[in-house]
Amino acid sequence: MTAGTRPRRPRTQRFEVEGLTRVEGEGSLKLVVRDGEVVEARLGIFEAPRYFERLVQGRTPDEVLDIVARICGICPVAYQMSAVHAFEDAAGVEVDPAVRALRRLLYCGEWIESHALHVYFLHAPDFMGYASAIELARDHRVLVERALALKKAGNHLVSLVGGRPIHPVSVRVGGFYHVPTRSAMTALRPDLTAALDIALETVTIVAGLDTPDFEREPRLVSLRHPTDYPMNEGRIVSTDGLDLAPTDWEAAFEEDQVGWSNALQARTHAGEVYLLGPSSRITLAAGQLHPRAAEALAATGLAEAIRRNPFRSIVARAVELVHATALAIDIIDDYRPPERPAAPWTAGPGIAAWATEAPRGLLFHRYELDERGRVATARIVPPTSQNQAAIEADLTDFAPSVLDLPHDAATHRFEQLIRSYDPCISCATHFLDLRVDRRP
Amino acid sequence: MATAGRRSGTRRLRVGVVKFASCDGCQLTLLDLEDELLAIAERFDIVEFPEATSRRSAGPFDVLLVEGSVSTEEQLEELLRLRRETTTLVTIGACATAGGIQAIRNWSEPGPWAAAVYPRPELVSSLAMATPVADHVIVDAELRGCPIDPGQLLELLTALVVGRRPQLPDESVCAECKRRSATCVVVAAGVACLGPVTRTGCGALCPVFGRGCYGCFGPRGGANVTSLVANAPGFDDDLVSARFAGFTAWAEPFRSVIDGHGGPPGAAPAPTAGDAPARGGRP
Repeated sequence: MTAGTRPRRPRTQRFEVEGLTRVEGEGSLKLVVRDGEVVEARLGIFEAPRYFERLVQGRTPDEVLDIVARICGICPVAYQMSAVHAFEDAAGVEVDPAVRALRRLLYCGEWIESHALHVYFLHAPDFMGYASAIELARDHRVLVERALALKKAGNHLVSLVGGRPIHPVSVRVGGFYHVPTRSAMTALRPDLTAALDIALETVTIVAGLDTPDFEREPRLVSLRHPTDYPMNEGRIVSTDGLDLAPTDWEAAFEEDQVGWSNALQARTHAGEVYLLGPSSRITLAAGQLHPRAAEALAATGLAEAIRRNPFRSIVARAVELVHATALAIDIIDDYRPPERPAAPWTAGPGIAAWATEAPRGLLFHRYELDERGRVATARIVPPTSQNQAAIEADLTDFAPSVLDLPHDAATHRFEQLIRSYDPCISCATHFLDLRVDRRP
Repeated sequence: MATAGRRSGTRRLRVGVVKFASCDGCQLTLLDLEDELLAIAERFDIVEFPEATSRRSAGPFDVLLVEGSVSTEEQLEELLRLRRETTTLVTIGACATAGGIQAIRNWSEPGPWAAAVYPRPELVSSLAMATPVADHVIVDAELRGCPIDPGQLLELLTALVVGRRPQLPDESVCAECKRRSATCVVVAAGVACLGPVTRTGCGALCPVFGRGCYGCFGPRGGANVTSLVANAPGFDDDLVSARFAGFTAWAEPFRSVIDGHGGPPGAAPAPTAGDAPARGGRP
């Protein structure tokens, strides 16, 4: 401090949201800015612990499929898919091609219901100035009715393959307990054709939403497959050249506790943050989008904006709605029931690991199986745990651009940014009650 | 169920939807009523539903739908506060009505469980047990299931609008299985099935899909679990506890069966029910 000047009190701005709304699960936001510089950016997670990694110990692989679904009511299929692929990879099971197609169809259904929920119920109200989709419906009833029809088509797909939209019951190691008939599949086609129109319209609507200017150069990670858009299979790739087998997530990433903080977060081994989800998939695997989705994306002219501006994730999600709906129609048209719904397999010891693409991004599972083939230890790394550090980094970078707004308006922008990543806080249970404190 | 029924000409019922330890799937079931949701939003004044709306209310509520088990001290305090604000409290789903899958930890010492998941378990606070809402406050009605059945949710909401009791069946999954003319997986394939002792509501989904019921709607009234274990196929001694240690494991009589067979898989140590920490009582 220079002699003669009075010590100036630093100007501190605090933005706090005790309970984030329109996200799945219970989280909070805390942002502290001193003299225009962010000194603390925290996405707090206070969802209660449920100890899933411990709950599955001693269980058989088929029991695990039913248990891990309960991690998340919005994306139960994702948990079943990462786990079933892991167990089949460990047991060396080859599934029937029709089983493979049905699993993709099941996942399409989940992507549709989850993305439609997020786009219209959780995220769009931010852009359009409403507290909820229910209030949105008072002024835009047809829009919300069409959103509900789209979501319903997704739920119908999950029900068709899985028996019910939440916590489906059909998936087993080797295949399915039950597979739909061809006529049951084709009966869904008219609803899906209508849903495809709604999805295409959604792309146009969300591409036209007024979006905050915010650009950064993120490190993006997703699966990539030679022919299929990232979903059940492929290698783990990134915008900075990573290329790993889906079993090898731990070769590049780790969950760790930051030295000065209590949080368990995933980063690269070099300590770098990275982002998963629709924007990552579109950036890294646009070439594998369904032609209808690729056309829709091209028409928006926003492919680069999707990569750089997190608020544009709503467009990425809409493009994936088109992809998942169009792909579902193709799978239904080509469907022939498998000769046998499930391939036989033998339980035994080993390591079972795999990653698939949940609606919110890459979901990694790893199980150690004991001599009887039961789970000895488990590691489940949900997308939101992996995104958390990147979300906080983006909050830090974004904050200076809204500090001049009225306090409530700025706080709302921060909430809107957090919702852009579709955080699934129930999923991210393994760092609940832990806090990030970036103060030096 | 009592008291919040709507008299004609009165205001819309103030409804809240809240959660404790759970997956959000049961409250999502409300949003999954795609054909009815907008009509429901007109009939009810949904004043608290954080997953769906940024408009918040701390109460009072004519009707409160509660998802999730009580797993932390903060949740218990919040539940007691919410009960004081609420006329008709309805628990929705297996976590709220029976403790859910996370109640499996009730058979084990809490410390090692946290250590198995968290590198620094001392930072994680939770109660010694995950318990159903009715262990702590008076519950006026409950919807079972993991997840709840959308048809039963609609029945509940309809009953609330007209001010009558909801008609929720207490028969077994078997009864519904027979009505659907499904092949009995026990008789035809010797598969272990909890259908005879489990309350209906799912549409006998698992048997229709060729697999045994795993009990996600919990025990039906008068369930004869002893007879099932003694006489049905697939209940060999070493398999019994795993069969019952699912999403409603903590509900009696499933809990006693698990107690009688060494606790749930993976329980360590495996104390008997008598050694388990005391359950929370009603205030």
